[in-house]
Amino acid sequence: MYPRLTRTLLAALCLCGLGACSSMPSASDSLYQQLGGKAGISKTVTMFLYQVVDDDRINHYFAGVNADRLQKRLTNQFCQLSGGPCHYGGDNMHKVHAGMHLTDADFNALVEDLILAMEKRRVPISAQNRLLGKLAPMHAQIVGK
Amino acid sequence: MKSLVPLIIAGVLGLAPSLASAAPGSRLWATGGVTSFEGAAGGGLTPWALIAGYDSSQQWGGTVAQSTAHLQDYTLNVTAAAVSFDNRVELSLARQRLDLDTLGGRLSMDTLGLKVRLYGSALYNRWGEWSLGIEHKHDRNFALPSAVGARSSSGTDVYLAASKLFFGVVAGRNLLLNADIRATKANQTGFLGFGGDKHDRYQPEFEGSAGVFVNRQWLVGTEYRQKPDNLNFAKEDDWMDLFVAYVPNRSLAVTAAWVDLGAIAGLKHQNGPYLSVQGSF
Ligand code: HEM
Repeated sequence: MYPRLTRTLLAALCLCGLGACSSMPSASDSLYQQLGGKAGISKTVTMFLYQVVDDDRINHYFAGVNADRLQKRLTNQFCQLSGGPCHYGGDNMHKVHAGMHLTDADFNALVEDLILAMEKRRVPISAQNRLLGKLAPMHAQIVGK
Repeated sequence: MKSLVPLIIAGVLGLAPSLASAAPGSRLWATGGVTSFEGAAGGGLTPWALIAGYDSSQQWGGTVAQSTAHLQDYTLNVTAAAVSFDNRVELSLARQRLDLDTLGGRLSMDTLGLKVRLYGSALYNRWGEWSLGIEHKHDRNFALPSAVGARSSSGTDVYLAASKLFFGVVAGRNLLLNADIRATKANQTGFLGFGGDKHDRYQPEFEGSAGVFVNRQWLVGTEYRQKPDNLNFAKEDDWMDLFVAYVPNRSLAVTAAWVDLGAIAGLKHQNGPYLSVQGSF
């Protein structure tokens, strides 16, 4: 029906596929490694917390929070989520955020700060997306509690 | 001096929310989609379940957009605006003009749209985001549609839309899938009226699109839109496009596409470039 368009589409898909493949990690490259191992994750989390503290939309939630402990907990959580040899020893997400009455806007702001932190740390886009994909489902346990 | 400190703190705290509410809302970049030619948030040719603008919890948002398509024998121009609240409801208005460059004359219609998010979130819910929309359309010129067999100069479409973002699934890139099922009597989406001498009843039509976020500013994808075939005088084809959307921030989106609208009013192979610019607030 649309021979010309189909050819264009195929060509476009091939081009995108090639472009994307060349920047794709090899299969053995785990998310943990792509994030720079525990040291890289720790730096990203620190950058993330700087972004959050700078973010007037949500920084008020973090007033008086023990930043050192939060940094360590988040590092261990991201490390474990990405398949690294770490153990997140904290409470579950529902329990941690209960009573904060967090909104969708708060959650979006936090995710945005994480993305900006990962961009600043030059985390590869594929690793950013895979980490976000592991955090996104936590929305239901965190927002509106 | 000392007594100023609490004041400054209070000032900063007080000011921050009011500044935030003046800027586009706090949804993530590109999650308001772009403006479809019918005015609803979506791609170019199909609505998506996403709500226009960037408002989330208790925020207002909105968009204005201007779009144009240059086909072999027709030129399409669309001016559209939408307001949205709470990432829940979207009200849109569009005026669509189709210049008949070869046949002579112009067809024009207005579309009033309402979309309500029923459930979920394209990003955060495993079942994605689901919205129900209606589009009420009215032809401002009905002489030609009625001469070719259309039954009514206005009509109302109802659609159910689902959208979901899959993180990192295409070479580590995020994939956005959308599907709609639409009940419609519209001929050429309404430009040639509603209902016809061949069929004059609501029919279910499928619409779908897929896009890959190359990064958070560039979305590349394709859309497909099934259409009814109600008029005896000329066959109506399904529509499709290939698009690239550039969303540099929460204020601007630019979409370029190649659209293939098949045969329109007997003139075959209507395809060509499409360009749309959207501002969000
Ligand atoms: C996917 C999203 C999120 C993840 C993975 C996450 C993860 C965590 C973790 C691991 C902790 C430390 C728990 C502990 O000390 O046992 C924590 C604490 C905290 N979170 Fe979240 N969080 C998320 C969303 C949010 C949002 C949206 C906000 C507010 C805007 C927020 C505010 C806080 C605060 C204020 C604490 C400190 C609690 C305290 O130590 O008293 N979180 N979060």
